[in-house]
Amino acid sequence: MPAEPVSDAPGAAAVLPAEGAVPRPQGAAPGEAHRPTPRAGRSRRRLRLVARYLLLTLGALVVLLPVYLTVVNSLLPEPALAHQPPYLYPSHAQWQNYSTAWVGGHLSIYLRNSVIQTAIIVVGQLVTSILAAYAFAFLRFPFRRTLFLLFLSTLMIPFEVTLITNLDTITSLGWYNTFAGLTVPFLATGFGTFLLRQAFLQIPRDLQEAAALDGYGHWRFMTRVAVPLARPSVAALAVFSFLGAWNQYLWPLVVTGNNNAVRTVQIGLKLLVGTNVSSVNVTLAGTVIAVTPLLILLIVFQKQLVRSLTAGAVK
Amino acid sequence: MAQIVFDQVTKRYGDVRAVDDLSLAVGDGELLVLLGPSGCGKTTALRMVAGLEVVDEGTVAIGDRVVNDVEPRDRDVAMVFQSYALYPHLTVAKNLEFPLRQRGVPKEERERRAVDVARTLGLEPFLGRKPGQLSGGQRQRVALGRAIVRSPKAFLMDEPLSNLDAALRVQTRADIVALQQRLGTTTIYVTHDQVEAMTMGHRIAVMDHGRLQQVAAPQELYDRPGNSFVAAFLGSPGMNLIGGRVAVEAEGGTAIRTAAGDVLLQGAQASVASHHEQPVVLGVRPEHLRISPGGALEGTVLLVELLGAETQVICELADHSRVVVRQQADQARPRLGEPVRIAVEPAAVHLFTEDGSRLEEKTAA
Repeated sequence: MPAEPVSDAPGAAAVLPAEGAVPRPQGAAPGEAHRPTPRAGRSRRRLRLVARYLLLTLGALVVLLPVYLTVVNSLLPEPALAHQPPYLYPSHAQWQNYSTAWVGGHLSIYLRNSVIQTAIIVVGQLVTSILAAYAFAFLRFPFRRTLFLLFLSTLMIPFEVTLITNLDTITSLGWYNTFAGLTVPFLATGFGTFLLRQAFLQIPRDLQEAAALDGYGHWRFMTRVAVPLARPSVAALAVFSFLGAWNQYLWPLVVTGNNNAVRTVQIGLKLLVGTNVSSVNVTLAGTVIAVTPLLILLIVFQKQLVRSLTAGAVK
Repeated sequence: MAQIVFDQVTKRYGDVRAVDDLSLAVGDGELLVLLGPSGCGKTTALRMVAGLEVVDEGTVAIGDRVVNDVEPRDRDVAMVFQSYALYPHLTVAKNLEFPLRQRGVPKEERERRAVDVARTLGLEPFLGRKPGQLSGGQRQRVALGRAIVRSPKAFLMDEPLSNLDAALRVQTRADIVALQQRLGTTTIYVTHDQVEAMTMGHRIAVMDHGRLQQVAAPQELYDRPGNSFVAAFLGSPGMNLIGGRVAVEAEGGTAIRTAAGDVLLQGAQASVASHHEQPVVLGVRPEHLRISPGGALEGTVLLVELLGAETQVICELADHSRVVVRQQADQARPRLGEPVRIAVEPAAVHLFTEDGSRLEEKTAA
């Protein structure tokens, strides 16, 4: 037999209501409307909530539908692609499209190359951005402001403008068709420096002074205090770097020539079109393979990403 | 433990002399309070001891060693910041261990000392928490703990109580005094709160515009302020200052003639007769004034403030200057706008020259 609720027990009047519980006026039946105004306010709030969620759902649909259709079509046999009305789900999934893309399109090699290229760029950008941002935020040196503005101004130069010069430099260094050529031009980033400098500037100066009195120099203060405190921004920069590096197309295209050993997955996808294994559904299967690491990353780090982007926007 | 000596220390920011020719010795084991209004240079002086500011002129010595060119970490001083400066990503235990880690103290020893300090400060239950999960008072204690954990030669405290509420401040300042007495560590304590200064310091050094105004024990500072700035700054409210001239009366007595009436001087104060007709500033504390029909000064009641045990009556004198009269709560309270006469206790009068320095009375001896 279940225990009786406390409120029905003898002497329960002395029992204080639980924290957060709203006391019911004496003599009022549960659910009885005492004041109409809060109820009207509640339903208005609920209506607003429903409208908000409807809007968000619509937005999610607009974004997710192409992704969903890509996955569906990658699992259809080729003739089914032209079917009217289009299939909204694959009745007999053609998983061999994926194996065809993987084997015939050499995606395993291209994926490996992309992982190497992306890892080098992400690590490189994190290291250079942390060091540069720390210097701009915590060190005092001549022309600090001017140098920082110079860093910022690089954000306004589109990559395409520097393409020829970079290619010329890379070629003369003998880095054409190498991972060095693929990654070195991207090892430093004005954006990352800016992002982390702002994060470092949020760290109270007292902390650095306290650390100095405790015997910590710049290097140890940076690694033990500044970087751990700026972790959300560092993580966001890592995700941005990953996205940027993984999705690169133009630079890998011009710098990798015809060397499969360094070609990245985006180039591999392009090469898939027009080969003997090519068909739209196989290309789509390759696309799904190529974006899967990105999707995993976004799902894992979405909170960090949003927090970093909105940092300082609201109190 | 060590004494700290400022010898003709100057610190400039551009054309501003934040600290101007400061000479001051803090004794071994002493708790010296640096007191003054915002921008008077007290924090700058403290930071020069810590090594966080460069000394432009003069020397700062800790113990027998001049530390002008010594790195902060090698000065063996610990500072408690106004903001507490706790590392937000570290637990209380790790915050307490932080200064020891860099000094190569073994892990077990670090943990033991952190727990010891936490026990002393009543922080043991919070060792696993991060600063964000603590109240202001607890954070303040962690900051203190981080300072004492490595047994430095000196503590430097920069307004450590200013972020606490009034009740907690009273309790914590007593805790700090008790701790300092027990450890016997030389301490420089910076504050703009004169009640803190009076209750905590073995001695108080009052600063204004970068210059040391006076250094003395709290009671001496209150009873014999060296100049009109110290007189007005110390006390709550500060000393009333009324402008006037020295006048030798026909009967042979000496008085200060003010716009609101003549205040007769007695005893040693009367020796200023030699300054006949010279402008002076008459200083008298609120508790040495009272509203009385036969009072020497004439004024009008502007405001009556009830403080519970006592009442402050703010009066305007004929020259529009204001004086505060402190009286017991049970005394009759004047009405607003009422013309009153204010009596001055002659023995409690202080005299200053126009430029603020104290007019030394000649004692009969």
